[in-house]
Amino acid sequence: MPEAMPLEQIIGTWIAAFLTLAIFSFLYRDNPIYKFAEHVFVGVSAGYGVVITWREAVVPDLIQPLLDPGAVDLAGPNYVVLIPGALGMLMFSRFFPRYDWLSRWPIAFVMGYSSGLAIPAAIQMSLLPQLHATLLPVWPNGDTSAWMAFSNLLLFVGVLCTLAYFFFSREHKGALGVASKVGIFFLMVAFGAGFGNTVMARVSLLIGRVQFLYEDWWLALVRPWFGG
Amino acid sequence: MNIWDRLLALDRRWVFMGIALAVIIPIITGLTLPLGKPAPPTVAVYDYIEALQPGDVVMFAIDYGPSSMPELHPQALAMVRHALEKDLRVLSVSLNVQGTALANDVLQTVGDELGAVDGTDYVNLGFKVGGSAVILGIGEDILTVYPTTADGRRTRDLPAMYGVSNYGDIALVIDLAASNIPGAWIAFAKERYDQDIALGITAVMATDFYPYLQSNQIIGLVNGLKGAAEYEALVGLAGEDALGTLGMSAQSIAHLLIIVLVIVGNIAYFASGRHRARR
Repeated sequence: MPEAMPLEQIIGTWIAAFLTLAIFSFLYRDNPIYKFAEHVFVGVSAGYGVVITWREAVVPDLIQPLLDPGAVDLAGPNYVVLIPGALGMLMFSRFFPRYDWLSRWPIAFVMGYSSGLAIPAAIQMSLLPQLHATLLPVWPNGDTSAWMAFSNLLLFVGVLCTLAYFFFSREHKGALGVASKVGIFFLMVAFGAGFGNTVMARVSLLIGRVQFLYEDWWLALVRPWFGG
Repeated sequence: MNIWDRLLALDRRWVFMGIALAVIIPIITGLTLPLGKPAPPTVAVYDYIEALQPGDVVMFAIDYGPSSMPELHPQALAMVRHALEKDLRVLSVSLNVQGTALANDVLQTVGDELGAVDGTDYVNLGFKVGGSAVILGIGEDILTVYPTTADGRRTRDLPAMYGVSNYGDIALVIDLAASNIPGAWIAFAKERYDQDIALGITAVMATDFYPYLQSNQIIGLVNGLKGAAEYEALVGLAGEDALGTLGMSAQSIAHLLIIVLVIVGNIAYFASGRHRARR
C-alpha cells in the first residue's frame, strides 16, 4: 500500500472505483448493484446540495444578516431578508394539505420574476443580436474576402430556408417547397454536427472514468499489492 | 439470415465492448496521436487572457458538477493556470451547487503548484442560489451578493477583491458550464453590462453556443475535451498535468471506431434490403 496517500483518500478512491464499476455494470444488464449505486448517487447529491445551500446561501443571506450582521459587512440587522425568508418558508406548507395553498404565493413570485427576466433576455440575447449577425455582406469588398462573402451568403440562405421549413401556414409547394427542402439539408448538417459533438462528449466522460480507474485506482492502489 | 442481417441484429453489448477497448487500450499503452492545430475559438480565449495586464481580474464561473468533470475540469485547470501565471487576479463563483467544491479543487491545485496565495491571488466566492439574479447582482455590487467567501471570510477584507465592485472592474468572465447557464451570462452580463464573456462548455452544448461566437456575443469558446487539450497545448502544459491531452488519443481511436460502425451499419442496412421494406 502506498504510504504517501492519506487513508481517507485511499478509502474514497476504493469507494469511487466500486461505484464507477457498479454503474458500468448496467451496460451488461440492469442489476441490484447498479440500483444501489444509482440510489447512493441520488441521495448523496441531494444531501450535498442541502448542506452547500445551507452553508453558502441560507446562512450568509438570511441568518447572518439578522443575527450576526457584522459577519456579512452590515452595520445592523437587515430585516428586509425576512420577506424572502418568509416566502421561502411558505414552500414547506405543501407538507400540510390544509394549508398547501400558501405555497402558491412563493411559486407565483418565482414565476412572475422568472418570466419578467426571461422574455426581455430572450429578445436581447437571441433574437436581435442573432438577427443582426445574419445581415452580413454577401458580395466581396475591401473588408470582405470572396470566401467570407460566400460564407455569409450560405448563412443567409440557410437561415431563410430553415425558417421556410418551419412555416406551416401554407402548403410546402413551389418556391416554399424548394426552400423548405433546402432547409432540411441545413437542418441535417446541424443535426450531424450535434451528433458528432455528442459522441465526443460521451466518449470524453468514459475516458475520464477509465483514466481514474487506471491511474488513481489500479496503478496507485491495486497494482502495489501485486508487487507492481 | 445472411451476414448483413446478422450485423444488424448484433447485440449492442459488443459495441459497448468495442468502445471500451478503444478507450482503454490507448490509455494503458500511453498511445500519443498528434493533436492538430488549435481551433480559432480556443485561441481567441488564450489571446484575450494573454493580452491582459498583471492585476487584472478574471472571474471563473464554475457552473458544472462532477458528471462533467472529464471535459470541463481540464479546461478549468489550464485556464486558471494561464491566468495565475500572468499574475491576474482570479475570482471564482458557482451557480451550480456542486461547482463550489470543484472550484476549490481547481484553485488549490493550481495555486499550490504556482505558489499563488488564497485571498490575494485568487478567491473562491462560492455558490449562490438565484441564477440570473446573482449575475445581475454582480453587475450592481459584487460585495453585496458575496459578503463572504465560500469558506466564510469577509470578502471586502481580501486583497484579491480590492477595487472590485462590479463588472466594470472585471476584465473577463469565463463560464465553464454543462447546462444552459451560459445563456444567462450572455443575456444579463453581456447584453446588460457589456461584460466580455468566454465559454468553456461540454461538446454536447457546442452547437448551441457557436452562434453566439459568430455574433460576437462571446469572445471565444473552448469546446469539450478537445478544447481542453488545445488550451493545454497553448499554455505549454504536458505530461501528467495535461489531462485533456492524455485523453485525446483515446478519443480519436474511439471516434475512428464509431465512424467504422456507422459506415458498416449503413452498408448492412441497405445491403439487407430493409430500406425497401420500410418504404
